[in-house]
Amino acid sequence: MALMEVKNLSISFGGLRAVDDFNLTIEKGELYGLIGPNGAGKTTVFNLLTGVYKPNEGIILLDGQNITGHKTIEINHDGIARTFQNIRLFGQMPVIDNVKAALENQYEYSLFDSMTHFGRYKKVEAEMDERAMELLRVFRLDQDAATLASNLPYGQQRKLEIARAMATNPKLLLLDEPAAGMNPNETAELMDTIELIRDKFSITILLIEHDMKLVSGICRKLTVLNFGRVLAQGDTKEVLHNPEVIKAYLGDEKKPAKS
Amino acid sequence: MDPIVKSINSKRRKNEIITYGMVTAAYVILEILMKAGALSSHLTGLLVPMVYYAIVAVGLNICVGILGELSLGHAGFMCIGAFSSAVFSLIFQDSIPEVPRFILAFVIGVALSALFGFLIGIPVLRLNGDYLAIVTLAFGEIIKNLINALYLGLDSKGFHVSMKNQMALGLAPDGKMLINGAMGITGTPHDSNFTISIVVLLAALFLSQNLIRSKQGRAVMAIRDNRIAAESIGINVVRYKMIAFTISAAIAGAAGVLFSHNISTLQATSQYFGYNVSIMILVYVVLGGIGSIRGSVIAAAILYLLPELLRGLNKYRMLIYSIVLIVVMIFNWSPKARDFRDETLAKLRAKFGGKPAKEA
Amino acid sequence: MSFLTSLVNGLSLGSIYAIIALGYTMVYGIAKMLNFAHGDFIMVGCYIIFTFVSTLKIGAVPGILVAIVLCTVLGVATERIAYRPLRHAASPLAVLITAIGVSYLLENAALLIFGADTKSFTSVIGWTGIDLFGGQLHIQGVTIITILASVVILVVLQAFIHRTRNGQAMLAVAQDQGAAILMGIDVNKTISLTFAIGSGLAAVAGALLCSAYPSLTPYTGAMPGIKAFVAAVLGGIGSIPGAMIGGLVLGIIEIFARTYISSQLSDAIVFGILVIVLLVKPAGLLGKITQEKV
Repeated sequence: MALMEVKNLSISFGGLRAVDDFNLTIEKGELYGLIGPNGAGKTTVFNLLTGVYKPNEGIILLDGQNITGHKTIEINHDGIARTFQNIRLFGQMPVIDNVKAALENQYEYSLFDSMTHFGRYKKVEAEMDERAMELLRVFRLDQDAATLASNLPYGQQRKLEIARAMATNPKLLLLDEPAAGMNPNETAELMDTIELIRDKFSITILLIEHDMKLVSGICRKLTVLNFGRVLAQGDTKEVLHNPEVIKAYLGDEKKPAKS
Repeated sequence: MDPIVKSINSKRRKNEIITYGMVTAAYVILEILMKAGALSSHLTGLLVPMVYYAIVAVGLNICVGILGELSLGHAGFMCIGAFSSAVFSLIFQDSIPEVPRFILAFVIGVALSALFGFLIGIPVLRLNGDYLAIVTLAFGEIIKNLINALYLGLDSKGFHVSMKNQMALGLAPDGKMLINGAMGITGTPHDSNFTISIVVLLAALFLSQNLIRSKQGRAVMAIRDNRIAAESIGINVVRYKMIAFTISAAIAGAAGVLFSHNISTLQATSQYFGYNVSIMILVYVVLGGIGSIRGSVIAAAILYLLPELLRGLNKYRMLIYSIVLIVVMIFNWSPKARDFRDETLAKLRAKFGGKPAKEA
Repeated sequence: MSFLTSLVNGLSLGSIYAIIALGYTMVYGIAKMLNFAHGDFIMVGCYIIFTFVSTLKIGAVPGILVAIVLCTVLGVATERIAYRPLRHAASPLAVLITAIGVSYLLENAALLIFGADTKSFTSVIGWTGIDLFGGQLHIQGVTIITILASVVILVVLQAFIHRTRNGQAMLAVAQDQGAAILMGIDVNKTISLTFAIGSGLAAVAGALLCSAYPSLTPYTGAMPGIKAFVAAVLGGIGSIPGAMIGGLVLGIIEIFARTYISSQLSDAIVFGILVIVLLVKPAGLLGKITQEKV
């Protein structure tokens, strides 16, 4: 069964149909790419999937369960986590606390315990520390655990955002331009990390990306958006050679990036 | 346990212990000075107010520094704590011995201000930024105004309430006037003192600092740093905002209890509970460092005593205080002044090879 | 008739709030800061006029003119010295606290110079007013002038902002400071001009306020300042027509509450209305809600 199924999703802002009749099926364990020119509506799709916007039409199914119209918080509990195009970290908190904040719903102790540090506090906090460090090690951020998130270099901040999203134990991870602003070395490292977490946590990933090298390198399937509509969908190689896609996305003259 | 985690946790714990140590040391020194007769009676009288303003500053810092929402109404919560506990103590003045009476009054004052914090928080926390600030200011003024117009009496038939005047209460001759409108409450027993105030301050510090280093505290700070990201990882924004605001109000209420049991005539005047007081406490919080609980206590103590210690300069003291405030703000916060300070410090360090820059 | 009298008094008080709120809302909209000292500029203006009229006995008109000029200079200087260095501070609270410091400074300077005693202010308007309905309704001169003044100020301000280059520059700075700089707008100059206008208006409001309520102390400006801020928020902060409407609504409610309900509770009622309006319309009556883009 498909992990996520989106049918006829549409939303309008004023007179503009930002996303129009969007359909998407993602299988479990897949690494799926969502591409398209600037302003095509990619981030809007993410915002619809995560409950930031309510769709005018259409349904979103996650693991067969209808999550259309759920609020952002509920969507996270349903099993979707995301990163943001413009990084949104908890800048004044240390790296480790950014991850621990995301563990919030999986560990319980009372407000009384938290204000007195009695009861379950010590035991549960130790467990949380361990989980957080485990995740940070995957992203090679463990040595920076005490650093304030806003003091991390750019590439590390992107990784921390992914680590934080992973901490909520999602079924589906949405990455919004994870390689934006990275140099080729950082991008290559990021590609490795993304594949690693997909395998290690057996998670499904949907990513928006501009970097064609990254997309064609790791995504088996693609959807191309243009003016809010699906232009092409399917196998990465086929889609990238689709003349419509080349025309819309890359311009007439340019050839598609080598895969 | 991971050595990095260990060092992070022990550093934080050390930091908290320094705060308790600092307060305790200040208390011991002041007590010794007092016993030795080295403090003037004027200065001795300032000690309890100094401590309860430090407590409100801690409470307000939970709201401003940890939750990241500007409140200009905390004097109102102090007012609720003060009046509710004073009414209780007045009623049971002769029927309950001092210690349990004060403990009960304290619990009532804190609980009631927490309740009001919760009730006011429901509408207020839906707003953002300066709108939230002005609405908290409005609530603070409303509370002060209503208490000023409130007449409350007790006789054998029970409570009598009026918003008009004393006559409208229709109190039996054996009745006792509890709140007499703008005249306020007179005759509250003097149950609070410097030692009790310090104990309450330490408790407030203990609870606040623990909260910050807990999962609830992290959730609150995550909302402060980035609400949208906090929602995206499943943090219930409304719930944690309410928790932080309610706790903040409760701590302000605790200070109010100390206030009303340290003064013979309690009135809801602007001087004690107006928005000016909320602003004065905000000044403590900002100068002490937004989000720094220890800083709030130090700033409150120094800034409360400063105008009083400048009394020798008589007419000029408030003028000097305001100039100091402006100058300190510009030197502390202007980006240019900050760069200058950082450069100078770096130079000094390079010259003397001192300690490396503090982390974060 | 008491209803009409109250209505007229409410309009008059509301007009004063509106004039102060216009200054508040412009400074907030353009410089993005709460100038807590704004109310104290009113008080400074009042003391200057008081000095001209009662101490020096030179007269009201030169007094008002000098008050407007000095308040303008004071506003611009305050912005330059105390607020501008903090414009890009890490926390927006920094400039708020500095404004509070300026407020303390002005109040205590006035306390030193003029003392704490209440000065009785001589109205700057000699006209005694008109009688309507055969003398049943008397409207004071100051009331009529106040209402007219606020309307004139509103019209002139709207024309200034929408018809002149400097006004357009203000709108641009209000919307996006960074983009305004790129378009070649001198942001510093524009913000200075905003403070100049706001502070000049505070002096005018001071003259009218003290003519209607003739007792002057160093704290005269504080509460009207706060109320005007409430009015600006009520109308939708940053909106000039909003400030006008907010001011009028607030003034009328305050006078009616004082007349018909309780003078003790009038402030509670005014603030209560603010709370209710903001709960229904979180950005005020004429304000627009801006949502953060994700």
